[in-house]
Amino acid sequence: MAKVLVVTSGKGGVGKTTSTAALGAALAQTGQKVAVVDFDVGLRNLDLVMGAERRVVFDLINVVNGDARLEQALIRDKRIETLHLLPASQTRDKDNLTEEGVARVIDGLREKFDWVICDSPAGIERGATMAMRHADIAVIVTNPEVSSIRDSDRVIGLLDSKTEKAEKGEQVEKHLLLTRYDAARAQRGEILKVEDVLEILSIPLLAIVPESVEVLRSSNIGAPVTLGSPNSAPARAYLDAVRKLRGETHVEVQKQRGLFSKLFPRRAA
Amino acid sequence: MSLFGFFKRNATSAPVARERLQVLLAHERTIVGGESDLVAILREEIMAVIARHMAVPQDKVQVKMDRGAAVSTLEVDIEIPTPVATGMRPAA
Repeated sequence: MAKVLVVTSGKGGVGKTTSTAALGAALAQTGQKVAVVDFDVGLRNLDLVMGAERRVVFDLINVVNGDARLEQALIRDKRIETLHLLPASQTRDKDNLTEEGVARVIDGLREKFDWVICDSPAGIERGATMAMRHADIAVIVTNPEVSSIRDSDRVIGLLDSKTEKAEKGEQVEKHLLLTRYDAARAQRGEILKVEDVLEILSIPLLAIVPESVEVLRSSNIGAPVTLGSPNSAPARAYLDAVRKLRGETHVEVQKQRGLFSKLFPRRAA
Repeated sequence: MSLFGFFKRNATSAPVARERLQVLLAHERTIVGGESDLVAILREEIMAVIARHMAVPQDKVQVKMDRGAAVSTLEVDIEIPTPVATGMRPAA
């Protein structure tokens, strides 16, 4: 049974695309069949981070509109056989993402793959809501910084109300991915600690990706960090995250809700 | 650098961030859930009441909200034009 996972955040620049590429590659490295889908119509970048920018022929909008078949638009990764990319359109508008068209594409991908990973654009407009629409699982990428946390809170509200699952009365499984984390600075009280972020957002922690030059180095050469620098701390964090997503470990980092969340429960948006 | 400055520089800002977020999100969660923005509703209703009794331009009414952890304050500042300002002389 295929799983649809959305990588989302609300805020831009927190590491959604980097994380999509790394999680997708890490899952494919375990032998799973993976499709990563770029929903950032007009500002595609997943192709670049994955090193497939020169191989794009058709895109998501072409498939949504029926101008190309899914098989024609999917780009197979040169390093990992089971990893595929469905790029976003660079020239079209996000209004081309029709409800029925996206549903059809996701259904098609579900048949072919074990994991469909949707890279959401920043913001909460059409591209973002379409990316989360069919999700079973959401990875909320957050930096330990006030504006990122506020936007994540808003996105969690949307996941609890605007998704297919939410409308059926079910829950999208939510995970926090804390990125660009500098433990030394947190220790000195310069940035928010993991515990603070978890208490405020009250969703379980998937992994902490430390701030590292390896992330930039990998995107420079067009490789997901789990392939570009497999032994680096960020790569290990993503590999851990994937083990948790696959249910290998049930290490719930934070189970009980903090006092703040008890007093102010998040309501469906 | 003064001695005070030295200690101030070492003061941590993360607890401030944490507290500000908690206050903000406590409010945003209630607003988003209820679909309506309380400040916006209050502002409109207050404006309607004022308009019933006097002609005050929209830009002369300031509504400010200060959201705190325990209490929030709503401040309404209405600039009422005086007869002098409108060119009318008070009765002699």
